[in-house]
Parts: sequence; C-alpha cells; structure tokens
Amino acid sequence: MIDPRLAVIERRLASARRIVAVTGGKGGIGKTLVSSTLALALAADGRRVGLLDLDFTGPCDHLVIGARQEFPEEEFGILPQVVAGVQFMSIACFGGDDPVPLRGADLTNALVELLAITRWGDLDTLVIDMPHGLGDMALDAVQLLPRAEYVVITSASQLVVQTVRRSLTLLRRLDRRVRGTVENMAPSSQLSDRVAALAADSAVPVLAVLPADGHVEVALGRPEMLLATRFGRAVQALASSLDGTSHPVS
Amino acid sequence: MHEMALAEGVVVTALESARREGRPILRLNVKVGQLQQIETDILRHCLDGVLPKDEPLLAGMQVLVDLSPACLRCRLCRHDFRLDDLESPPDSTELEAIHFVPELAHSYIKCPGCGSPDFEVVSGRGVWIESIELEPGP
Repeated sequence: MIDPRLAVIERRLASARRIVAVTGGKGGIGKTLVSSTLALALAADGRRVGLLDLDFTGPCDHLVIGARQEFPEEEFGILPQVVAGVQFMSIACFGGDDPVPLRGADLTNALVELLAITRWGDLDTLVIDMPHGLGDMALDAVQLLPRAEYVVITSASQLVVQTVRRSLTLLRRLDRRVRGTVENMAPSSQLSDRVAALAADSAVPVLAVLPADGHVEVALGRPEMLLATRFGRAVQALASSLDGTSHPVS
Repeated sequence: MHEMALAEGVVVTALESARREGRPILRLNVKVGQLQQIETDILRHCLDGVLPKDEPLLAGMQVLVDLSPACLRCRLCRHDFRLDDLESPPDSTELEAIHFVPELAHSYIKCPGCGSPDFEVVSGRGVWIESIELEPGP
C-alpha cells in the first residue's frame, strides 16, 4: 500500500520561493498572531504571500486576518482564499467551528492531504503557522517541509525559554535552518536578558521584540488596523528583518 | 476538482516506481476509500487526464480503480461500524468537508454504539495505491 500524496507535496510547494515556519515550544506563546500578522505585513509590503494554518486542533489564523470560513474553490486541487493580499488555507475552511478531535495518525493524514491538494500561486513567501509542541504532527510537519526556515517564538518567561531551548536543539539536530527567535509579549521594546542569553547559547539571532499590546484584541480580523498597532509595526520590522532589509535585534 | 491533485500523486508515484525499477508498468491497482466520497469514475477520468501520453514506461499500463468500504472502530467501546450503520449520517455540507479532508469525519461521525467521535479509520479512508505490477525483469 503506497500513499500517492507524498510524491506531490514538494511540487505543490515549489511555487513558494521561501517557506517561513513560525514555531515555538509552548502553546499560547503567540504563533497564530505572529504568523498571521507577519503574512499581512509581507503582503502590505507588496510581497506575494501565502499563509497556511497547521494548528488543526485550534485553528485561529482566519480570525486574525479576517478570512471567511467557506469551502475553497477547486481547480486541479483546492485554491487558497485571498484575504488582504494573502493566499490563505486552513482546516477551518472545511470544518467551521466544530471541534476536530484527531489522534496522531489522523493528524498526519490531514496534514499530508492539505499539503498535497492545496495549489498555491506564485509566492515570495509561504508563512506556516506550525503545530505546537514536539508531538507527532509537529515532527511530521518538520519532516515534510525540509526547505522551511524557522522563526521560533518565545517570551521572557523562564518556563517558555526552557521549552523553546529544547525546540531549538531539536531543530538543530534535525538539520533545519533556524532564521532566529522572536521575543513576544514583551513588556517593552527592550530585549530581555533571558531571551538574549537563549539566543546567544543557541547561536541564533533575535529577529524582533514584539510588545504585549492591548490594542491587538480589537484589531483582530481587521488587517489594516492590526498592522497599525504597536505590535503590528513591530511585526513589520520582523518582516523587514526576514527580508534582509533591516538588521536583527541581536 | 481536487481529485485531479490526488490523481497526479498516483501517476507521479507510479512513474517514480517504474523509473526506479527500470521496467514498464503492466497494471496499477488504485483503491478509493468510501470515506472520502470520491467516485471511481471521476478518479479514472482524472488519472486519464494527468497520464503522460509519451511516457513509454506507462504506455501499456492498465489502471484498475476500486472502491474500498470504510470500516471504523471506536477507540472507546471497540465497536466496529460502517457508514451505512449510522443512524444520523453526515449531511451534504458535512460530507463535502469529509470529501476534502477525510479526518473531518471525526467532527461529524459518532460511534453508533457509544456516541464517541474518537474512532479509528481501519480501512477505506482516501486514495491509495494498492499495488504496482511491473513487466518481468530479464
């Protein structure tokens, strides 16, 4: 028994010049918000951008960018919905708000299916909101996306830093390219000592410091308003840093 | 139709296999799981559409497409069941969601024995290659 879907995943992703995988060791660290806002920022800067939500158990990227939960169009596969210039795909486009209780093999199958049937247009960057943790689906995604460059989200909490340290070690052992880490939920625009030490120990740059910003909540689903928040402006700096048009924080 | 994307996967996989072995394919056995609600005729049509016409390794290939019934097993009460056993089967919108991503069955199908959505798809999930029969080697 041979799975024919695996043979076409790389073909489907070939139209993306670069794949940026936004990951982090902990749930609730802000991967959804950072990856979705990053896609919006890149699109606002004139880039051709895709956003793929791989958080199957709690998909929320559509809420951040204001996407409709409707079945995608079919044309030799399925076509991403375009929202604020971002080509967008998520399991939420199919399952609505119903819970999707999936175990390991089911998660793998759903991941492979989505990667095999989604036809992205020409993209400068495909941003992927990666599954959280180091479980089956996260490992499958890392395996199936060998070209991805990783942006690892952390906060200054020692509980988070400890977990992110493990994620960075794993990515290095799996020979994946880490672009850098991002300090999220920061009390100011100042890089914390703890995240600076994490980055130094792991020999990766800190790409951005993203402030905790109470205005983000009301801007969810409104791309222009979101990008105008303090958080949104900091994510635009992250986008520039990824493009090499500005320098990382450290 | 997104069946075309799956058909492409079947043909690419078959061709890779033939190239690896250096022998033409005689017969390709493809299974379509009932859960994904793909019609075998539509998949045959898609396979025909994506088959490279000038590829000698596939020129004489016979393609067989068969439906495989969906067998589900509850992880809670171990009850085995089929789609026909469901008292309240998914509606047309829910079936369409399952058609795109069969794992969404866990949102819309429950064990008829205990009502749990935590079941295993034992067989009949989606599209797979059951076997590839190559021309005998020298």
